[in-house]
Amino acid sequence: MSQHLSRALPGEHVHITTDPWTEPFWLAAREGRLVSAQCGDCGKFRMPPTPYCPHCQSQNTQWPTLAGTGTVYSYAVCNRSPFPGVEDFIYIPIVVELDDAPGIRLVSNLVGIDPEQVKIGMAVSVEWNPINDDWRQPIFRAR
Amino acid sequence: MTWEHCDKTAIVGVGATPYYVRGQSWPRTINEMIGEAILGACADAGLSVRDIDGFAYYGGAKAGYIDTMDTASIMEMLGIPEVTFTATLTGGGGGSAGAIGLASAAIIAGDAKYVVTVMSLQQRAQRLGTVFGALKPDPENSFLQPSGLVGPGHLMSVLARRHMHLYGTRREAFAEVAINSRLNAMNRPKAIRRTPLTLEEYFASPMLADPLCRLDFCLETDGAVAVITTSTERARDLKQKPVLVTAATHGGRAEWGRAFAWMGMSDEYFASSGHKDVAQRLFAKAGVKPSDIDVALLYDHFTPMVVMQLEDYGFCGKGEGGAFVESGAIRMSGSIPVNPHGGQLSEAYIIGMTHILEGVEQLRGTAINQVADAELALVTGGPASIPVSGLILRRSA
Repeated sequence: MSQHLSRALPGEHVHITTDPWTEPFWLAAREGRLVSAQCGDCGKFRMPPTPYCPHCQSQNTQWPTLAGTGTVYSYAVCNRSPFPGVEDFIYIPIVVELDDAPGIRLVSNLVGIDPEQVKIGMAVSVEWNPINDDWRQPIFRAR
Repeated sequence: MTWEHCDKTAIVGVGATPYYVRGQSWPRTINEMIGEAILGACADAGLSVRDIDGFAYYGGAKAGYIDTMDTASIMEMLGIPEVTFTATLTGGGGGSAGAIGLASAAIIAGDAKYVVTVMSLQQRAQRLGTVFGALKPDPENSFLQPSGLVGPGHLMSVLARRHMHLYGTRREAFAEVAINSRLNAMNRPKAIRRTPLTLEEYFASPMLADPLCRLDFCLETDGAVAVITTSTERARDLKQKPVLVTAATHGGRAEWGRAFAWMGMSDEYFASSGHKDVAQRLFAKAGVKPSDIDVALLYDHFTPMVVMQLEDYGFCGKGEGGAFVESGAIRMSGSIPVNPHGGQLSEAYIIGMTHILEGVEQLRGTAINQVADAELALVTGGPASIPVSGLILRRSA
């Protein structure tokens, strides 16, 4: 792998936990499906998932499967390992807007790219990074 | 309409420990440093510590992000006989300026007479710079932490990038915030960083979260600062010339919300300091305009947030912050001197308290880098998750 391309975080160092309101996101991720919480009444998307729709206070929640495509809203370039004992590598935290879930953003990573090539507004699509406890983390690649 | 309680309360005493590079305050302890700051503030005011009857904290009364300040422990340690008010603002460092509003509310309500606001910080077990990376995962931060945004500076780099994208803000503007801070700290005996800083050195500083380099990040330091607020009437009998609390506000809009711990801010708020609404309420409450402010003590944990606060507080237009600081406007000789104490970037980071301290010294006329004839000072807390806060202090006649 080229040293100057961005990488995913080493999955063995990434941990997540869930609660009853967030677990459907991660269960779908385990199946390789990107989903978002969406109000079952007013249709507004919300992420991270919360117990009430902030627009209409409904608790009726659905979890549509999304296309997994979006655009980079903003990003940073980091070249130091965030984990003690792991050799430095390039990673690019990104804030992504999703094509088919208006009003929400995901915080993720952009992988396999020279940092010089990253642009706000560039098109990206989802991939999956295996992490601890058999979960999978959404990451993105330029498309 | 101007607030009916403008200038009815006052800061009458300030106290501080020395400032230490992170971890180096040991073998002092958090509580011992709290004691030094409070006793120092009492001596400064001409009060006995036994007169203290209230505590108004911020940040959930956390001492830094790991330890906690506890009123009962402080009473036991210092021999404070009784408290009639003890409360805290929620959130984090965003409430520092607002804690003086909380103290004032207690005094105006008649719930306490002499109220302490204090912060003590010791970064021995965990440094703040990577504090989020060290947190145990919870269901909420599981949507943020796995991106490797391990500290507040990493999170804010994403906001800074957006500001650069939208408005053409340059790294030279962030550099100017750092250089101004350093210039002001150079003659301050307690400042941690006192060596000159050039633009070349700034650009040679390692990138920690591009577009931010190490010199865009504030210091990681230890120490404690305490201030005492009372009624302006009682203040007349004390040792120092009172510094009047004209107005304080805290809070924030849902569009800002958890801010960079969330990244869901509306487009209008994303590349901002989140202070716009708190700022507008503050000026309305105080009955003054940005152009009336003589000195601005802006919470400077990361250089871009000074640029964005200058916009949110109306010292320049939205998106113009970069050009504004690059023009020299925030220097001691500029139109709005910012952080004559060197701020958190060069003097010390005590989560906003040094800005309150400097505001008091400026309006007493005793500051090391005194703004001539300063009458009104702005002090801010945050930018961070809600609440963010602002405070306007006035020199007494």
